[in-house]
Amino acid sequence: MTVGSNLENVLRSGQFAVTAELGPPKSADPTVIRRKAGLLKGYADAVNITDNQTAIVRMSSISAGYLAMEAGIEPVIQMTCRDRNRLAIQADLLGASALGIKNLLCLTGDHQSFGNHPQAKGVFDIDSIQELRMVRNMRDEKKFQCGEEMPVEPRFFLGCAANPFADPFPFRAIRLGKKVAAGAEFAQTQIVYNVEKFAQFMEMVRKLGLHQKLFVLAGVSPVKSVGAARYMKTKVPGMDVPDWVVDRMAGVPKEDAKKEGIRICVDIIKQVQQIEGVAGVHIMAIEWEEAVAEIVEAAGLLPRPKVEELETVSAKSE
Amino acid sequence: MLADKKKILVAGCGSCVTVCFAGGEKEVGILASTLRLANQVEGKHVEVLEQTVTRQCEWEFVDGMAENISEADVVLSIACGIGVQTTAERFPGKQVLPGLNTSFLGQPIEQGIWTETCAACGNCVLAVTGGICPVARCSKSLLNGPCGGSQAGKCEVDPSVPCAWQQVYDRLDTLALQETMELIQPPKDWSAGYRPGPRKIEREDLKV
Repeated sequence: MTVGSNLENVLRSGQFAVTAELGPPKSADPTVIRRKAGLLKGYADAVNITDNQTAIVRMSSISAGYLAMEAGIEPVIQMTCRDRNRLAIQADLLGASALGIKNLLCLTGDHQSFGNHPQAKGVFDIDSIQELRMVRNMRDEKKFQCGEEMPVEPRFFLGCAANPFADPFPFRAIRLGKKVAAGAEFAQTQIVYNVEKFAQFMEMVRKLGLHQKLFVLAGVSPVKSVGAARYMKTKVPGMDVPDWVVDRMAGVPKEDAKKEGIRICVDIIKQVQQIEGVAGVHIMAIEWEEAVAEIVEAAGLLPRPKVEELETVSAKSE
Repeated sequence: MLADKKKILVAGCGSCVTVCFAGGEKEVGILASTLRLANQVEGKHVEVLEQTVTRQCEWEFVDGMAENISEADVVLSIACGIGVQTTAERFPGKQVLPGLNTSFLGQPIEQGIWTETCAACGNCVLAVTGGICPVARCSKSLLNGPCGGSQAGKCEVDPSVPCAWQQVYDRLDTLALQETMELIQPPKDWSAGYRPGPRKIEREDLKV
């Protein structure tokens, strides 16, 4: 046990974990976080709070994570290397831990050219693998990246991303191995539609013994429409959407599209559950948080294991 | 910035910018003619001088422009940013304007196409990347392999950009050095390159 977060507890107890995504608003409005937390509470063991996702400015992941925690749901804060150098990352993580946040997902981050400030200077002082090792050393060695010591260390259950559908394919499991060596304890994958290719990836993961060293949560996402399926298939880099997904979405009347998207998502969850080494699912229902409850229920993943009392700021400040 | 000037010196350089057809004698001639024409059309009497020196990054060569510079109201330099600054530094009383946007240290890959290959970061990683620089050629300057946006050999940022890490991967494969990619490269020491202050090299053996 490294930090005893709810997510860590569920995973280490051997139960099939469910995480979801809570996207912070493009505003300073805290009620958005509370509303979304209300939709997800009881249906996910923890929720990822994205960090300027796709390089679009939103409320900070740490602040939104704190608000989510106040609303009774455990956050996994995401921290990219695009917007911060090693000083800023370490400083923000000291703060996040002081606020009681216990799960961290280390990411390199989408390139700034995709976002709403494409003229910004990308930082990329370190990459996700170096970030993982830096944070693990802060936690386990009480040392900053420069080697200086600190009296009270930040404590995080450490996660990373994995994309089984990017190239070069044979390197994908090796790269995950580098993340494990750097400190990753769980991984959340790119959205899985091509279950066959994902299974091949998992076979490579098992060959390297990585499934015994970290928990792999398969990323899944309900498609809203046939148009969205086609768009992901042809326009989104790093995504692999097989024809059967597009065909199934095209095969239902428009008013049933969302239902079909949810059914496909549930089918995929049931398939990845059968793959050895898959420890849970990460449901990305982006700006469609309402879908999560339905998916989790239909996939037979309720009730979620009992959530322990979340540590509050006052309890932490002893 | 040239609007009220009566005498302009267009200053070229005979080295790198000549080779890449951006700021040599020929381009100086074209730019000077264009300025003369434009002023003529507007009915203004402006004299445009031309001079190209062997290397605008060295005082010894820049000194050769002293006469023209003293005559001119302003210098429009189409050397690289180093040439512009060397000229400005040598003639502190004269305004020196840049005529080019110096972009990168590149390699001509075919006629009319140049690509950046070195970021001059001061801390070379080519030994572990199969001779292909991810600092300059990966959109995120990653040091531990391709991100999730590498697809079919292309970078997600721009499909016309090859994924530098796919290139590294293929090259290391050819060299039977694939295991190099399994090593974790530590955070880079950027201080060797970008900071602090301007980069500087001092060679005691070359000093006089």
